[in-house]
Amino acid sequence: MNELPLIQTADLKQHFPLHKGLFGGQGPVIRAVDGVSIDIPRRSVLGLVGESGSGKSTLGRAIMGLSRPTAGTMTFDGIDMARASSSELKSLRRRMQMVFQDPFSSLNPRMSIAETLSVPLRFHNPGLSRSRRKDRAAEMLERVGLPGQYISRFPHEFSGGQRQRIGIARALIVQPDFIMADEVVSALDVSVQAQVLNLFGRLQRDLELTMLFITHDLAVVGHISDFVAVMYLGRVVEFASTRELFSNPRHPYTEALLSAAPSPKSANRRKRIVLKGDIPSPLNPPSGCQFRTRCPYAVEDCSHEVPKLRELSPEHKAACIRDDLSLAPATQQ
Amino acid sequence: MTAAVEQRAASSTGSDWLKSRTVKRFIRHRLAITGVIMISLITFMCVVGPWLLPYNMLEIHIRDRFTPPLTGDYLFGTDEMGRDLAARLFMAGRISLMVGVAAMLLSTLIGTVIGLVAGYFGKVTGTLLMRLTDSFLCFPQVFLLLTLAAFLQPNAFMITLIIAATSWMEVARIVSAEIRSLRERDFVTAAKISGASHTWIMFRELLPNTVGPIIVAATLTVAKAILLEAYVSFLGYGIQPPLPSWGNMLNNAQQFLDTAPWLAIVPGVAITAAVTSFNFIGDGLRDALDARSDMP
Amino acid sequence: MTRVLTVENLNIGFRSEGRELPVVHDVSFTLEAGKTLALVGESGSGKSVTSLGIMRLLPPPPQSRARGKIILHSDEDIDLLSISEARMRRLRGDRIAMIFQEPLTSLNPVYTIGDQIIEAIRSHRAISARKARERAVELIDQVGIPDAAARLTTYPHELSGGMRQRIMIAIALALEPEILIADEPTTALDVTVQAQIIDLLRRLQAETGMAMLFITHDFGVVADIADRTIVMYAGQMVEHGQTEAVLETPLMPYTSGLMRAVPELETAGLNQGELQSIEGFVPNPASLPNGCAFHPRCTHTLSGICDVPPVPFEDAGNGHLVRCKRWQSILENAE
Ligand SMILES: Nc1ncnc2c1ncn2[C@@H]1O[C@H](COP(=O)(O)OP(=O)(O)OP(=O)(O)O)[C@@H](O)[C@H]1O
Ligand SMILES: Nc1ncnc2c1ncn2[C@@H]1O[C@H](COP(=O)(O)OP(=O)(O)O)[C@@H](O)[C@H]1O
Ligand code: SF4
Ligand code: SF4
Ligand SMILES: [Mg+2]
Ligand SMILES: [Mg+2]
Repeated sequence: MNELPLIQTADLKQHFPLHKGLFGGQGPVIRAVDGVSIDIPRRSVLGLVGESGSGKSTLGRAIMGLSRPTAGTMTFDGIDMARASSSELKSLRRRMQMVFQDPFSSLNPRMSIAETLSVPLRFHNPGLSRSRRKDRAAEMLERVGLPGQYISRFPHEFSGGQRQRIGIARALIVQPDFIMADEVVSALDVSVQAQVLNLFGRLQRDLELTMLFITHDLAVVGHISDFVAVMYLGRVVEFASTRELFSNPRHPYTEALLSAAPSPKSANRRKRIVLKGDIPSPLNPPSGCQFRTRCPYAVEDCSHEVPKLRELSPEHKAACIRDDLSLAPATQQ
Repeated sequence: MTAAVEQRAASSTGSDWLKSRTVKRFIRHRLAITGVIMISLITFMCVVGPWLLPYNMLEIHIRDRFTPPLTGDYLFGTDEMGRDLAARLFMAGRISLMVGVAAMLLSTLIGTVIGLVAGYFGKVTGTLLMRLTDSFLCFPQVFLLLTLAAFLQPNAFMITLIIAATSWMEVARIVSAEIRSLRERDFVTAAKISGASHTWIMFRELLPNTVGPIIVAATLTVAKAILLEAYVSFLGYGIQPPLPSWGNMLNNAQQFLDTAPWLAIVPGVAITAAVTSFNFIGDGLRDALDARSDMP
Repeated sequence: MTRVLTVENLNIGFRSEGRELPVVHDVSFTLEAGKTLALVGESGSGKSVTSLGIMRLLPPPPQSRARGKIILHSDEDIDLLSISEARMRRLRGDRIAMIFQEPLTSLNPVYTIGDQIIEAIRSHRAISARKARERAVELIDQVGIPDAAARLTTYPHELSGGMRQRIMIAIALALEPEILIADEPTTALDVTVQAQIIDLLRRLQAETGMAMLFITHDFGVVADIADRTIVMYAGQMVEHGQTEAVLETPLMPYTSGLMRAVPELETAGLNQGELQSIEGFVPNPASLPNGCAFHPRCTHTLSGICDVPPVPFEDAGNGHLVRCKRWQSILENAE
């Protein structure tokens, strides 16, 4: 495990000014991502969970280099993205690809599948001839489980699950090392969701991909990830290997999330912790521990300072000042 | 919901699906079809009409001055010099339609490029371009047109340029609004991640998705351009006689309104017919393309 | 056990390109006071169309046609499909209320939530504005929003998704309906908020004794809220029974397939390998497969049996109904 992680972020922040002050003054700021430091080890899947608005997509976009972080660094394979030369950046861009949530808006309705899949090749492998590009596209399409002859069809001829496969093919066609997948199965039906998850799992193992898998669905994260990071109001509040997180949660928010996920089997029925209220606005988060307004275990000290993400055991970190809690796991042991 | 879309997606075959639906809707649009038929007729007459008629538009028949329509060989009668009005009308139609279509092409090109760039580069560039567009829109178009026409050599080419220069704003606004909503779509982000250049994203990813509204706007622009040309020529700043245009035919007819009203009525009807036809077609296209909004 | 609604052989079709496209086939069930019936199924299986059909909110004929019986039991039985639109409008909101998946689009953005609740009350009851206002405050309080009186003047966009759904519930409950139809009311919400809303609905049901028709695609939510469950596939009921029975011993291969396709929280991180997915996708209602609509995707399918109609909706005991020709042999093989 002494290998350098493929992705490392250090105190990454992404703030959005609400409305720019007329004279360049500082207006209110949305702290969408507020100091995130995570590592994604090579060939592993990091699941990122949290409620909507917790900053998952914003973090993902910052990692992909789609936005310029307000502060902090993002390192890919040891190269600081902010300092990379433009030729380095160009090759980094090829190595990082992304799959989107919405199977309907992520494909250009006016482009055939062949054209869509050729775009990344055209820019990242400029040497390839037109016919070679088309062959590669057809190969890739078969790899994601669609017949190669579908290549000349248009997006509207495909169902949501099939489009998601096309999105995966587009990401993989330039042979990346890293894939960011943002809520890729949320829009799909249950039966189709399983097909797409299986495809992801298979490709990740076969191609030895490193992956950031963003979702709000804990069961999905539990199935596909090696590690899980739980986000709340722009911060990572817990990070652990998947088994560890589900069997030994150390942050009250993780416990609440696990307990709220409904289960169809009566044997698995857990005691539910119903949190009070909503996630607070990222415009003025609570002082100290940001979770304290909803935390059932909050004490006076929680309002004083922001709890650090502390290492509790190897591969397990949590940001809660209380070590005396015994929180309910999702799994029976 | 996605259900309906998926069902359709799974059942439809061939990329002609959208086209055929759009075409069907257009065909069902009665006014639009009337417009198409009228425009085809007018165009046909303007192109071949002059050869079918017995007289050249410049031939002067002093004895047949002010012949009313449908008299002798003169379909629409003759003017104050005994020239065949039908021949003049069709030749004038060539000029007027050509000016209309050319001005449309040019203004659509200008408007599309400006709208595309403004919509795509939101920030400073976009704001500046849209301010420019808005300030052009502030001037009454006819005033702008007349000012320019008064300063410049009035010929068909110049008039086309001037009309185009004063009517690209509509298209620019439509395109920029369209692009601004499209550029937030995931497929644009996907293109960025694919390493695509700005030019590629603008012209290959975004532009094809705006052809519908552009075509509608362009059709309506033809109508407007024909009307503007008629207006300017009518006021005497446009196409100069002896080259006929529908506008300067009207100008000429003013003095004889009492004695030979057909001199005004004939080109007047031609202008109205052409303009309303293009407007009908534009409306029809808009409706036909509109149902596409439920498409992703 | 008082029945409040009986649906009998409900068939709904939409007119499309000159012919009628059936999307709901022979749906029958009853709703009982104080009980919840869940309607589960994948996208396009006809859940929303069924519920809109009951509310008579589908496009008017000939665009859509509903046949069968929908009987509202009260002093006398009323067949909702045969009464006038005016009469239906009086029942709607008053005796039967409905909440939807997307609470933002169901609320009018230009009116305050107070106005909307008061309007809902006053459109059916002749009471003073002050009385209606008091009732609105009471309702907002009842759905668990603190500071009820102050909330009357807020606009929908100022509220979070969970709060908006609470307001929708307040409006739906304003007239104490006997029946509440909830179409995926928690699908757009986070799990923590979903848990709040489900708790709220259960509490309100215990207080008012209303019957609930709860639509969802999530078996976990079903387990949490429903007494009885109907599984729908391609517009048909394919399984119907006590929730416990349907979830613990599903008899229809589609139901068990769906349940296996969802990863389980309990085995998270154990590297369970692949999920058991159902291959293919939901058929188009315009071209349903012959016989069992599920047969092209079913792992137990037997040609010559499964692709031959009819496929009866059989009672497997204890009122557990299943539409599968082979449920007995599948069950025996499993044991
Ligand atoms: N107005 C309509 N016109 C034509 N077909 C329709 C109409 N509304 C729904 N349908 C069709 O009826 C079928 C059932 O749709 P319905 O909305 O009831 O599905 P659902 O089970 O609620 O799905 P979801 O989980 O996506 O909400 C689908 O095939 C849908 O395409
Ligand atoms: N471009 C932006 N401008 C302003 N606020 C933004 C922008 N993008 C995201 N936000 C805000 O940042 C927060 C986190 O958003 P997001 O990362 O999308 O959350 P998630 O993916 O976890 O649902 C939200 O409050 C959101 O409104
Ligand atoms: S620090 Fe306090 S408020 Fe925050 S999670 Fe821990 S116990 Fe709860
Ligand atoms: S009838 Fe046959 S195809 Fe249908 S669910 Fe039963 S076993 Fe499967
Ligand atoms: Mg997101
Ligand atoms: Mg629905």
